[in-house]
Amino acid sequence: MDIYQIIFWILSIFTLGCAIGVIMSRNPINSVLFLILTFFSISAHYVMMNAQFLAIVNIIVYAGAIMVLFLFVLMLMNLNSDTEPQKNFLIQFAGVISGGALLLVFVAAIKSTFTGLEGKTIDLSQSTNIGLIQNLGTMLFKEYVFPFEIASVLFLSAMVGAVVLGKKDKELAPTE
Amino acid sequence: MFLLAITVSFIIQKIILAAIIIGGSLGIALYATWAERKVSAVMQDRRGPTRAGPFGLLQPLADGVKMFMKEEIIPMFSNKFLFVLGPSLAMVVALMSSAVIPWGPDMKFADGTSFSLQVADINIGMLYVFGVVSLGVYGVMLGAWASNNKFSLLSGLRAAAQAISYELALGLSMISLVMMTGSLSLNDIVSQQHGFWDGNWFSWNVFKQPLAFLIFLVCSFAELNRAPFDLAECESELIGGYHTEYSSLKLGFYLFAEYISMFITSVIISTLFFGGYNFPGMDALANMVPAPLFSIICILVLLAKAIGFILFFMFIRWTIPRFRYDQLMNLGWKSLIPLALINMLITGAVILYFNK
Repeated sequence: MDIYQIIFWILSIFTLGCAIGVIMSRNPINSVLFLILTFFSISAHYVMMNAQFLAIVNIIVYAGAIMVLFLFVLMLMNLNSDTEPQKNFLIQFAGVISGGALLLVFVAAIKSTFTGLEGKTIDLSQSTNIGLIQNLGTMLFKEYVFPFEIASVLFLSAMVGAVVLGKKDKELAPTE
Repeated sequence: MFLLAITVSFIIQKIILAAIIIGGSLGIALYATWAERKVSAVMQDRRGPTRAGPFGLLQPLADGVKMFMKEEIIPMFSNKFLFVLGPSLAMVVALMSSAVIPWGPDMKFADGTSFSLQVADINIGMLYVFGVVSLGVYGVMLGAWASNNKFSLLSGLRAAAQAISYELALGLSMISLVMMTGSLSLNDIVSQQHGFWDGNWFSWNVFKQPLAFLIFLVCSFAELNRAPFDLAECESELIGGYHTEYSSLKLGFYLFAEYISMFITSVIISTLFFGGYNFPGMDALANMVPAPLFSIICILVLLAKAIGFILFFMFIRWTIPRFRYDQLMNLGWKSLIPLALINMLITGAVILYFNK
């Protein structure tokens, strides 16, 4: 077992431990903090594959922005064990069914992804520059420019949606 | 490849360098607290600290001892782990960006060995700085929430909203800089600003991207929670903001982290816009003095620029009154972000025109 494998196993165990912590902790704030740790360890996996850009963008976008908003909302709601909503049996049952269905979809997706991947694995001990920002930029703006631009339209529509929602609130507010 | 290059001597070199940088940052931040008191005293026609040592120079030590001696109080219904984590995170994040800053040119010794004055030359250095900035708010938010105090919580929410709003303009102003330099590595950005005059125009980025510099500077104030954007610790509305419940050394950590961030931010502004360790006439000097001495002179130049910015931060704090929260949001979303976008467009158009 060389040093890459040792690091990989330690990181993987840490990642999975944090991910389990997200769903196991009773306090939503702790859940969010575990999720942040999970993002960090996933970024560490990206660094192992020399995909530095992906690693840092993962931290900037998820740990730096989205999770701050999550924390923001949770702090405003002030959830704790006293105010935990009582779930009745039917809701719990529905939760189990839909969660199980989602797991099934994920497992199927992972299984179909893994077939045909034999020649495409990354050897961590070998030099790979595919994840460096120059190569990534060239790929994004040459081969995948159409899906890339379509994705930006998707983000724009999400932004417009957020503005519309925010505006609606203002109009409904009582006129004083 | 990138991990194979690690040898024992390499690790020891980097550890020594990191220790020197962290120690130096702490020392400068220590005296930044003294400087802040002196600057405020001069601006308000007072004398400032004078008792401890000549010119009050031992005042930071006295403050440190005072912080150590205070009783440590953890509020009863607070989340104790997060309560301690908050100030620690603030401190760690404040020191993190120093890893990618090129403090000087490689130190070349007579026997041919060279010693890099940058802990990590990663090719996404600028994004790393941005990533650390985006994490900066966690220390404040966690401490604020864990305090179990209304005013602290309000302060944490303010800090989060402010940080996210100003990060956008900060990132956009960085993008126009990156478009011009064509690299995200801080090492490349500094070496492109070599000297002071490149034959046609000043080589420092501030003369090429003045608007980006202005936006970056204003956003740095907001990210640092410094006046006039210190809404998170607005004492006239929120008592002490996020550190209302903190006492002893944990309060000291919060206060001290602000000065470390201020120093590191000043170094980053100098690196990105004011040529880093470059100075006019550096080529002539490089031929006159031995190489290790030249590297040390370069470090001192960078530190001088950084201290200039620290003083500027202080002058602003004691000159401009605090913004109101709606003014802060309007400035961020309605002025700085559109300005940064326009700057990006102009930069792109100019680059396209000249590279045709």
